Amino acid sequence: MINRILTWLTDGAHWQGDDGILRRLAEHLGYSLTALLIAALIAIPLGLYIGHTGRGRFLVVNLVGAARAIPSLGLLFLAVLWLGPKFSGDIAFLVPAGLVLVVLAIPPILSGAYAGVEGVEPDARDAAKGMGMRGTQVLRHVEIPCALPLIMSGIRSATLQVIATATIAAVVGLGGLGRFLIDGLAVRDTPQTASGAVLVAALALIVDLFLALVQRSVVSRGLTGRYGTVPTVDAETGVTPPAPVLHHSA
Amino acid sequence: MTWLGDHLGDVLGLTVQHIYLAGVPLILGLLIALPLGWLARRYRGLYPLLIMGTGLLYTIPSLALFIMLPLLLGTKILDPTNVVIAMTIYTVALLVRTVADGLGSVPDDVNQSATAMGYKRGRRFLSVELPLAVPVISAGLRVAAVSNVSIVSVAALIGVSQLGSLFTDGFNRNFLEPIIVGVIACVLLALLFDGAILGVTRLATPWQRAGKTAS
Repeated sequence: MINRILTWLTDGAHWQGDDGILRRLAEHLGYSLTALLIAALIAIPLGLYIGHTGRGRFLVVNLVGAARAIPSLGLLFLAVLWLGPKFSGDIAFLVPAGLVLVVLAIPPILSGAYAGVEGVEPDARDAAKGMGMRGTQVLRHVEIPCALPLIMSGIRSATLQVIATATIAAVVGLGGLGRFLIDGLAVRDTPQTASGAVLVAALALIVDLFLALVQRSVVSRGLTGRYGTVPTVDAETGVTPPAPVLHHSA
Repeated sequence: MTWLGDHLGDVLGLTVQHIYLAGVPLILGLLIALPLGWLARRYRGLYPLLIMGTGLLYTIPSLALFIMLPLLLGTKILDPTNVVIAMTIYTVALLVRTVADGLGSVPDDVNQSATAMGYKRGRRFLSVELPLAVPVISAGLRVAAVSNVSIVSVAALIGVSQLGSLFTDGFNRNFLEPIIVGVIACVLLALLFDGAILGVTRLATPWQRAGKTAS
Protein backbone atom coordinates (compact mmCIF):
# COMPACT_ATOMS: atom_id res chain seq x y z
CA MET A 1 0.00 0.00 0.00
CA ILE A 2 2.83 2.39 0.90
CA ASN A 3 4.25 1.75 -2.55
CA ARG A 4 0.93 2.53 -4.22
CA ILE A 5 0.70 5.79 -2.26
CA LEU A 6 4.24 6.70 -3.29
CA THR A 7 3.47 5.88 -6.91
CA TRP A 8 0.37 8.06 -6.78
CA LEU A 9 2.18 10.93 -5.07
CA THR A 10 5.21 10.85 -7.37
CA ASP A 11 3.10 10.80 -10.54
CA GLY A 12 3.70 14.24 -12.05
CA ALA A 13 0.25 14.27 -13.64
CA HIS A 14 -1.37 14.29 -10.18
CA TRP A 15 0.40 17.52 -9.28
CA GLN A 16 -0.67 19.67 -12.22
CA GLY A 17 -3.87 21.01 -13.66
CA ASP A 18 -7.14 22.27 -12.25
CA ASP A 19 -7.59 19.28 -9.96
CA GLY A 20 -3.89 18.69 -9.28
CA ILE A 21 -2.25 18.65 -5.87
CA LEU A 22 -0.68 22.12 -6.24
CA ARG A 23 -3.99 23.75 -7.13
CA ARG A 24 -5.80 21.92 -4.30
CA LEU A 25 -3.05 22.86 -1.84
CA ALA A 26 -3.35 26.52 -2.84
CA GLU A 27 -7.13 26.35 -2.38
CA HIS A 28 -6.78 24.70 1.03
CA LEU A 29 -4.32 27.33 2.21
CA GLY A 30 -6.46 30.08 0.71
CA TYR A 31 -9.65 29.06 2.52
CA SER A 32 -7.82 28.45 5.79
CA LEU A 33 -5.89 31.70 5.73
CA THR A 34 -8.95 33.79 4.83
CA ALA A 35 -11.05 32.19 7.56
CA LEU A 36 -8.27 32.57 10.15
CA LEU A 37 -7.69 36.23 9.26
CA ILE A 38 -11.36 37.10 9.61
CA ALA A 39 -11.62 35.11 12.85
CA ALA A 40 -8.48 36.76 14.28
CA LEU A 41 -9.74 40.24 13.38
CA ILE A 42 -12.87 39.55 15.42
CA ALA A 43 -11.49 37.38 18.23
CA ILE A 44 -8.18 39.01 19.16
CA PRO A 45 -9.52 42.53 19.89
CA LEU A 46 -12.51 41.03 21.68
CA GLY A 47 -10.33 38.69 23.76
CA LEU A 48 -7.90 41.48 24.64
CA TYR A 49 -10.80 43.71 25.65
CA ILE A 50 -12.36 41.02 27.85
CA GLY A 51 -9.03 40.07 29.40
CA HIS A 52 -8.09 43.72 30.03
CA THR A 53 -11.40 44.86 31.48
CA GLY A 54 -12.59 41.57 32.96
CA ARG A 55 -16.03 42.25 31.43
CA GLY A 56 -17.83 39.30 29.84
CA ARG A 57 -15.55 36.59 31.20
CA PHE A 58 -18.37 34.11 31.64
CA LEU A 59 -19.20 34.63 27.95
CA VAL A 60 -15.75 33.41 26.88
CA VAL A 61 -15.63 30.45 29.24
CA ASN A 62 -19.08 29.19 28.23
CA LEU A 63 -18.68 29.97 24.55
CA VAL A 64 -15.45 28.01 24.31
CA GLY A 65 -16.89 25.02 26.17
CA ALA A 66 -20.04 25.01 24.07
CA ALA A 67 -18.16 25.42 20.79
CA ARG A 68 -16.08 22.36 21.56
CA ALA A 69 -19.22 20.25 21.92
CA ILE A 70 -20.76 21.25 18.59
CA PRO A 71 -19.88 18.72 15.88
CA SER A 72 -18.30 20.58 12.98
CA LEU A 73 -19.66 18.16 10.37
CA GLY A 74 -23.23 18.79 11.51
CA LEU A 75 -22.66 22.53 11.60
CA LEU A 76 -21.25 22.42 8.06
CA PHE A 77 -24.25 20.55 6.66
CA LEU A 78 -26.72 22.78 8.50
CA ALA A 79 -25.05 25.93 7.16
CA VAL A 80 -25.03 24.67 3.58
CA LEU A 81 -28.64 23.47 3.63
CA TRP A 82 -29.86 26.63 5.35
CA LEU A 83 -27.81 29.33 3.68
CA GLY A 84 -26.92 27.62 0.42
CA PRO A 85 -30.28 28.24 -1.31
CA LYS A 86 -29.90 31.97 -0.61
CA PHE A 87 -26.94 32.16 -3.02
CA SER A 88 -26.39 30.86 -6.52
CA GLY A 89 -23.47 29.20 -8.26
CA ASP A 90 -20.24 28.32 -6.49
CA ILE A 91 -20.96 30.83 -3.71
CA ALA A 92 -23.85 28.63 -2.58
CA PHE A 93 -21.45 26.38 -0.69
CA LEU A 94 -18.41 28.67 -0.51
CA VAL A 95 -20.11 31.24 1.76
CA PRO A 96 -21.72 28.80 4.25
CA ALA A 97 -18.60 26.63 4.46
CA GLY A 98 -16.38 29.70 4.90
CA LEU A 99 -18.71 30.99 7.58
CA VAL A 100 -18.44 27.70 9.49
CA LEU A 101 -14.63 27.86 9.28
CA VAL A 102 -14.67 31.39 10.74
CA VAL A 103 -17.14 30.41 13.46
CA LEU A 104 -15.01 27.42 14.47
CA ALA A 105 -11.79 29.45 14.52
CA ILE A 106 -13.13 32.20 16.78
CA PRO A 107 -13.42 30.35 20.15
CA PRO A 108 -9.81 29.11 20.43
CA ILE A 109 -8.36 32.48 19.38
CA LEU A 110 -10.74 34.34 21.68
CA SER A 111 -9.92 32.14 24.65
CA GLY A 112 -6.18 32.39 23.96
CA ALA A 113 -6.26 36.19 23.83
CA TYR A 114 -8.49 36.41 26.88
CA ALA A 115 -6.61 33.86 28.98
CA GLY A 116 -3.29 35.42 27.97
CA VAL A 117 -4.19 38.91 29.17
CA GLU A 118 -6.10 37.60 32.19
CA GLY A 119 -3.08 35.55 33.28
CA VAL A 120 -0.59 38.42 33.25
CA GLU A 121 1.05 38.72 36.66
CA PRO A 122 -0.71 41.45 38.66
CA ASP A 123 2.75 42.64 39.80
CA ALA A 124 3.79 43.34 36.21
CA ARG A 125 0.55 45.25 35.62
CA ASP A 126 0.94 47.23 38.85
CA ALA A 127 4.56 48.03 38.05
CA ALA A 128 3.51 49.34 34.65
CA LYS A 129 0.85 51.52 36.24
CA GLY A 130 3.35 52.66 38.85
CA MET A 131 5.62 53.79 36.04
CA GLY A 132 2.80 56.02 34.86
CA MET A 133 1.42 53.97 31.98
CA ARG A 134 -2.21 54.45 31.07
CA GLY A 135 -4.68 51.62 30.35
CA THR A 136 -3.95 51.26 26.63
CA GLN A 137 -0.19 51.60 27.25
CA VAL A 138 -0.32 48.81 29.82
CA LEU A 139 -2.17 46.70 27.28
CA ARG A 140 0.26 47.43 24.46
CA HIS A 141 3.57 47.28 26.29
CA VAL A 142 2.91 44.77 29.05
CA GLU A 143 -0.23 42.72 28.66
CA ILE A 144 0.00 41.86 24.95
CA PRO A 145 3.69 40.87 25.03
CA CYS A 146 3.08 38.75 28.14
CA ALA A 147 -0.04 37.22 26.58
CA LEU A 148 1.68 36.30 23.30
CA PRO A 149 2.42 32.65 24.16
CA LEU A 150 -1.27 31.97 24.82
CA ILE A 151 -2.43 34.15 21.92
CA MET A 152 -0.16 32.15 19.63
CA SER A 153 -1.29 28.79 20.97
CA GLY A 154 -4.90 29.88 20.47
CA ILE A 155 -4.07 30.74 16.86
CA ARG A 156 -2.30 27.40 16.45
CA SER A 157 -5.24 25.35 17.66
CA ALA A 158 -7.63 27.43 15.56
CA THR A 159 -5.39 26.76 12.55
CA LEU A 160 -5.46 23.00 13.10
CA GLN A 161 -9.21 23.15 13.55
CA VAL A 162 -9.65 25.11 10.32
CA ILE A 163 -7.34 22.88 8.26
CA ALA A 164 -9.19 19.79 9.51
CA THR A 165 -12.62 21.26 8.90
CA ALA A 166 -11.66 22.59 5.46
CA THR A 167 -10.76 18.98 4.62
CA ILE A 168 -14.19 17.77 5.66
CA ALA A 169 -15.82 20.66 3.79
CA ALA A 170 -14.92 18.94 0.51
CA VAL A 171 -18.01 16.83 1.14
CA VAL A 172 -20.23 19.89 0.56
CA GLY A 173 -18.37 20.82 -2.62
CA LEU A 174 -15.47 22.94 -1.39
CA GLY A 175 -12.10 22.52 -3.15
CA GLY A 176 -8.86 21.94 -1.28
CA LEU A 177 -6.97 18.76 -0.43
CA GLY A 178 -10.12 17.24 1.06
CA ARG A 179 -11.29 16.63 -2.53
CA PHE A 180 -8.80 13.75 -2.87
CA LEU A 181 -10.17 12.11 0.28
CA ILE A 182 -13.86 12.62 -0.45
CA ASP A 183 -13.66 11.85 -4.19
CA GLY A 184 -11.35 8.91 -3.54
CA LEU A 185 -13.78 7.47 -0.98
CA ALA A 186 -16.71 7.96 -3.36
CA VAL A 187 -15.12 5.96 -6.20
CA ARG A 188 -13.17 3.61 -3.89
CA ASP A 189 -9.85 4.82 -5.28
CA THR A 190 -7.72 3.83 -2.27
CA PRO A 191 -4.36 5.19 -3.46
CA GLN A 192 -5.94 8.60 -4.11
CA THR A 193 -7.78 8.62 -0.76
CA ALA A 194 -4.71 7.54 1.19
CA SER A 195 -2.44 10.00 -0.64
CA GLY A 196 -4.93 12.77 0.14
CA ALA A 197 -4.85 11.77 3.81
CA VAL A 198 -1.05 11.84 3.83
CA LEU A 199 -1.03 15.27 2.16
CA VAL A 200 -3.54 16.71 4.65
CA ALA A 201 -1.62 15.31 7.62
CA ALA A 202 1.65 16.68 6.21
CA LEU A 203 0.06 20.09 5.63
CA ALA A 204 -1.24 20.23 9.21
CA LEU A 205 2.14 19.20 10.64
CA ILE A 206 4.14 21.66 8.53
CA VAL A 207 1.80 24.58 9.23
CA ASP A 208 1.88 23.83 12.97
CA LEU A 209 5.68 23.59 13.00
CA PHE A 210 5.86 26.87 11.07
CA LEU A 211 3.60 28.55 13.63
CA ALA A 212 5.71 27.07 16.44
CA LEU A 213 8.73 28.80 14.89
CA VAL A 214 6.78 32.06 14.54
CA GLN A 215 5.78 31.75 18.20
CA ARG A 216 9.40 31.21 19.17
CA SER A 217 10.52 34.32 17.34
CA VAL A 218 7.77 36.69 18.53
CA VAL A 219 7.58 35.68 22.19
CA SER A 220 9.96 37.54 24.45
CA ARG A 221 12.78 35.41 25.79
CA GLY A 222 12.00 36.66 29.25
CA LEU A 223 8.82 34.61 29.06
CA THR A 224 9.86 31.44 27.29
CA GLY A 225 11.60 30.13 30.38
CA ARG A 226 8.28 30.17 32.16
CA TYR A 227 6.03 29.03 29.33
CA GLY A 228 5.60 25.28 29.05
CA THR A 229 5.95 24.63 32.76
CA VAL A 230 3.25 23.32 35.01
CA PRO A 231 0.07 25.40 34.69
CA THR A 232 -1.17 27.05 37.84
CA VAL A 233 -4.08 25.32 39.48
CA ASP A 234 -6.95 27.32 40.86
CA ALA A 235 -6.74 26.59 44.58
CA GLU A 236 -10.46 26.79 45.10
CA THR A 237 -11.85 24.70 42.27
CA GLY A 238 -8.77 22.62 41.59
CA VAL A 239 -9.23 23.38 37.91
CA THR A 240 -6.50 24.50 35.58
CA PRO A 241 -7.26 27.62 33.56
CA PRO A 242 -8.47 26.87 30.04
CA ALA A 243 -5.56 25.77 27.90
CA PRO A 244 -6.44 26.80 24.36
CA VAL A 245 -3.91 24.33 22.98
CA LEU A 246 -6.41 21.62 23.68
CA HIS A 247 -9.11 22.84 21.35
CA HIS A 248 -9.72 20.54 18.44
CA SER A 249 -12.93 19.06 17.22
CA ALA A 250 -12.68 18.00 13.63
CA MET B 1 -40.40 16.87 15.26
CA THR B 2 -42.43 14.05 13.72
CA TRP B 3 -39.27 12.65 12.13
CA LEU B 4 -37.74 12.09 15.55
CA GLY B 5 -40.88 10.30 16.74
CA ASP B 6 -40.73 7.90 13.80
CA HIS B 7 -37.00 7.24 14.13
CA LEU B 8 -36.52 7.26 17.88
CA GLY B 9 -35.24 3.66 17.86
CA ASP B 10 -32.67 4.41 15.15
CA VAL B 11 -31.46 7.52 16.95
CA LEU B 12 -31.08 5.60 20.21
CA GLY B 13 -29.12 2.86 18.44
CA LEU B 14 -26.80 5.44 16.89
CA THR B 15 -26.43 7.12 20.28
CA VAL B 16 -25.29 3.84 21.85
CA GLN B 17 -22.77 3.39 19.00
CA HIS B 18 -21.59 6.96 19.58
CA ILE B 19 -21.17 6.41 23.32
CA TYR B 20 -19.07 3.32 22.59
CA LEU B 21 -16.88 5.01 19.96
CA ALA B 22 -16.26 8.12 22.10
CA GLY B 23 -16.26 6.51 25.54
CA VAL B 24 -14.03 3.44 25.19
CA PRO B 25 -11.11 5.57 23.84
CA LEU B 26 -11.42 7.85 26.88
CA ILE B 27 -10.79 4.94 29.23
CA LEU B 28 -8.09 3.36 27.04
CA GLY B 29 -6.46 6.76 26.52
CA LEU B 30 -6.39 7.46 30.25
CA LEU B 31 -4.88 4.02 30.97
CA ILE B 32 -2.12 4.65 28.42
CA ALA B 33 -1.54 8.28 29.39
CA LEU B 34 -1.08 7.53 33.11
CA PRO B 35 2.21 5.60 32.78
CA LEU B 36 3.42 7.92 29.99
CA GLY B 37 2.66 11.00 32.09
CA TRP B 38 4.41 9.40 35.04
CA LEU B 39 7.46 8.70 32.88
CA ALA B 40 7.49 12.31 31.68
CA ARG B 41 7.59 13.47 35.33
CA ARG B 42 10.06 10.87 36.52
CA TYR B 43 12.58 11.36 33.74
CA ARG B 44 12.58 15.08 32.95
CA GLY B 45 14.46 14.54 29.71
CA LEU B 46 11.48 12.59 28.38
CA TYR B 47 9.00 15.40 29.07
CA PRO B 48 9.62 17.55 25.96
CA LEU B 49 10.00 14.42 23.84
CA LEU B 50 6.69 12.90 24.96
CA ILE B 51 4.81 16.21 24.79
CA MET B 52 6.14 16.98 21.30
CA GLY B 53 5.54 13.45 20.04
CA THR B 54 1.95 13.28 21.23
CA GLY B 55 1.42 16.88 20.10
CA LEU B 56 2.43 15.94 16.56
CA LEU B 57 -0.12 13.09 16.54
CA TYR B 58 -2.75 15.57 17.65
CA THR B 59 -2.21 17.79 14.61
CA ILE B 60 -3.34 15.07 12.17
CA PRO B 61 -6.87 15.94 11.01
CA SER B 62 -9.38 13.28 12.03
CA LEU B 63 -10.58 12.33 8.55
CA ALA B 64 -6.97 11.78 7.45
CA LEU B 65 -6.28 9.64 10.54
CA PHE B 66 -9.46 7.59 10.02
CA ILE B 67 -8.32 6.84 6.47
CA MET B 68 -4.64 6.18 7.23
CA LEU B 69 -5.17 3.84 10.20
CA PRO B 70 -6.71 0.90 8.31
CA LEU B 71 -3.80 1.05 5.86
CA LEU B 72 -1.26 0.98 8.68
CA LEU B 73 -3.08 -1.66 10.74
CA GLY B 74 -4.39 -3.82 7.91
CA THR B 75 -7.97 -3.48 9.19
CA LYS B 76 -11.01 -2.90 6.96
CA ILE B 77 -11.91 0.76 6.47
CA LEU B 78 -15.46 0.18 7.78
CA ASP B 79 -14.16 -1.47 10.94
CA PRO B 80 -15.17 0.67 13.97
CA THR B 81 -11.88 -0.40 15.62
CA ASN B 82 -10.11 2.21 13.45
CA VAL B 83 -12.24 4.94 15.01
CA VAL B 84 -11.63 3.61 18.52
CA ILE B 85 -7.86 3.59 17.90
CA ALA B 86 -7.87 7.05 16.29
CA MET B 87 -9.83 8.51 19.20
CA THR B 88 -7.52 6.75 21.67
CA ILE B 89 -4.55 8.41 19.96
CA TYR B 90 -6.18 11.85 20.32
CA THR B 91 -7.07 11.14 23.95
CA VAL B 92 -3.52 10.05 24.79
CA ALA B 93 -2.16 13.12 22.98
CA LEU B 94 -4.30 15.37 25.18
CA LEU B 95 -3.83 13.51 28.44
CA VAL B 96 -0.08 12.81 28.62
CA ARG B 97 0.58 16.48 29.23
CA THR B 98 -2.33 16.76 31.65
CA VAL B 99 -1.19 13.73 33.68
CA ALA B 100 2.41 14.97 33.81
CA ASP B 101 1.29 18.46 34.84
CA GLY B 102 -1.21 17.02 37.33
CA LEU B 103 1.49 14.95 39.01
CA GLY B 104 3.66 18.06 38.98
CA SER B 105 0.96 20.01 40.80
CA VAL B 106 1.32 17.78 43.87
CA PRO B 107 3.21 19.88 46.44
CA ASP B 108 6.76 18.72 47.15
CA ASP B 109 6.30 18.72 50.91
CA VAL B 110 3.38 16.31 50.55
CA ASN B 111 5.59 13.91 48.62
CA GLN B 112 8.38 14.30 51.15
CA SER B 113 5.98 13.65 54.05
CA ALA B 114 4.77 10.49 52.35
CA THR B 115 8.33 9.33 51.82
CA ALA B 116 9.15 10.10 55.45
CA MET B 117 6.14 8.03 56.52
CA GLY B 118 7.67 5.07 54.75
CA TYR B 119 5.82 5.09 51.42
CA LYS B 120 7.85 3.44 48.67
CA ARG B 121 7.77 5.02 45.22
CA GLY B 122 5.02 2.75 43.79
CA ARG B 123 2.68 3.05 46.73
CA ARG B 124 3.32 6.77 47.05
CA PHE B 125 2.31 7.18 43.41
CA LEU B 126 -0.92 5.20 43.79
CA SER B 127 -2.10 6.47 47.16
CA VAL B 128 -0.69 10.00 47.36
CA GLU B 129 0.35 11.53 44.04
CA LEU B 130 -2.35 10.12 41.78
CA PRO B 131 -5.31 10.99 44.05
CA LEU B 132 -3.99 14.54 44.49
CA ALA B 133 -3.54 14.90 40.73
CA VAL B 134 -7.15 13.89 40.05
CA PRO B 135 -8.56 17.45 39.74
CA VAL B 136 -6.04 18.39 37.04
CA ILE B 137 -6.35 15.07 35.20
CA SER B 138 -10.11 15.33 35.36
CA ALA B 139 -10.04 18.80 33.77
CA GLY B 140 -8.06 17.36 30.85
CA LEU B 141 -10.33 14.34 30.63
CA ARG B 142 -13.38 16.61 30.34
CA VAL B 143 -11.83 18.44 27.39
CA ALA B 144 -10.96 15.11 25.75
CA ALA B 145 -14.46 13.73 26.37
CA VAL B 146 -16.24 16.68 24.82
CA SER B 147 -13.98 16.86 21.78
CA ASN B 148 -14.13 13.06 21.30
CA VAL B 149 -17.91 13.20 21.06
CA SER B 150 -17.61 15.88 18.40
CA ILE B 151 -14.78 14.26 16.40
CA VAL B 152 -16.40 10.82 16.31
CA SER B 153 -19.20 12.22 14.14
CA VAL B 154 -16.69 12.78 11.31
CA ALA B 155 -16.41 8.98 11.04
CA ALA B 156 -19.77 9.05 9.23
CA LEU B 157 -17.82 10.13 6.13
CA ILE B 158 -15.98 6.80 6.07
CA GLY B 159 -19.22 4.91 6.69
CA VAL B 160 -18.90 4.02 10.39
CA SER B 161 -22.36 4.58 11.80
CA GLN B 162 -23.03 6.72 14.88
CA LEU B 163 -24.84 10.02 15.42
CA GLY B 164 -22.81 11.59 12.59
CA SER B 165 -24.65 9.28 10.21
CA LEU B 166 -27.70 11.49 10.80
CA PHE B 167 -25.71 14.40 9.31
CA THR B 168 -24.74 12.61 6.10
CA ASP B 169 -28.19 11.07 5.85
CA GLY B 170 -29.93 14.43 6.22
CA PHE B 171 -27.54 16.17 3.86
CA ASN B 172 -27.89 13.55 1.12
CA ARG B 173 -31.69 13.85 1.27
CA ASN B 174 -31.65 17.65 1.66
CA PHE B 175 -33.53 17.24 4.93
CA LEU B 176 -32.73 19.40 7.97
CA GLU B 177 -34.43 17.50 10.76
CA PRO B 178 -32.02 14.52 11.14
CA ILE B 179 -29.09 16.95 11.15
CA ILE B 180 -30.64 19.11 13.87
CA VAL B 181 -31.52 16.02 15.93
CA GLY B 182 -27.94 14.75 15.45
CA VAL B 183 -26.35 18.03 16.54
CA ILE B 184 -28.56 18.26 19.61
CA ALA B 185 -27.92 14.60 20.50
CA CYS B 186 -24.14 15.17 20.17
CA VAL B 187 -24.24 18.21 22.44
CA LEU B 188 -26.38 16.37 25.01
CA LEU B 189 -24.01 13.42 24.89
CA ALA B 190 -21.04 15.74 25.45
CA LEU B 191 -22.85 17.22 28.47
CA LEU B 192 -23.56 13.70 29.75
CA PHE B 193 -19.89 12.69 29.49
CA ASP B 194 -18.86 15.93 31.14
CA GLY B 195 -21.31 15.41 33.98
CA ALA B 196 -20.22 11.81 34.49
CA ILE B 197 -16.55 12.81 34.75
CA LEU B 198 -17.46 15.62 37.16
CA GLY B 199 -19.40 13.14 39.29
CA VAL B 200 -16.57 10.60 39.42
CA THR B 201 -14.10 13.38 40.21
CA ARG B 202 -16.28 14.52 43.10
CA LEU B 203 -16.39 10.99 44.49
CA ALA B 204 -12.63 10.59 44.07
CA THR B 205 -11.73 13.87 45.77
CA PRO B 206 -13.58 14.00 49.11
CA TRP B 207 -10.62 15.98 50.49
CA GLN B 208 -11.52 18.93 48.27
CA ARG B 209 -14.86 19.40 50.00
CA ALA B 210 -13.46 18.58 53.44
CA GLY B 211 -10.94 21.40 53.00
CA LYS B 212 -13.66 23.83 52.05
CA THR B 213 -15.93 23.24 55.04
CA ALA B 214 -12.98 23.38 57.43
CA SER B 215 -11.75 26.77 56.25
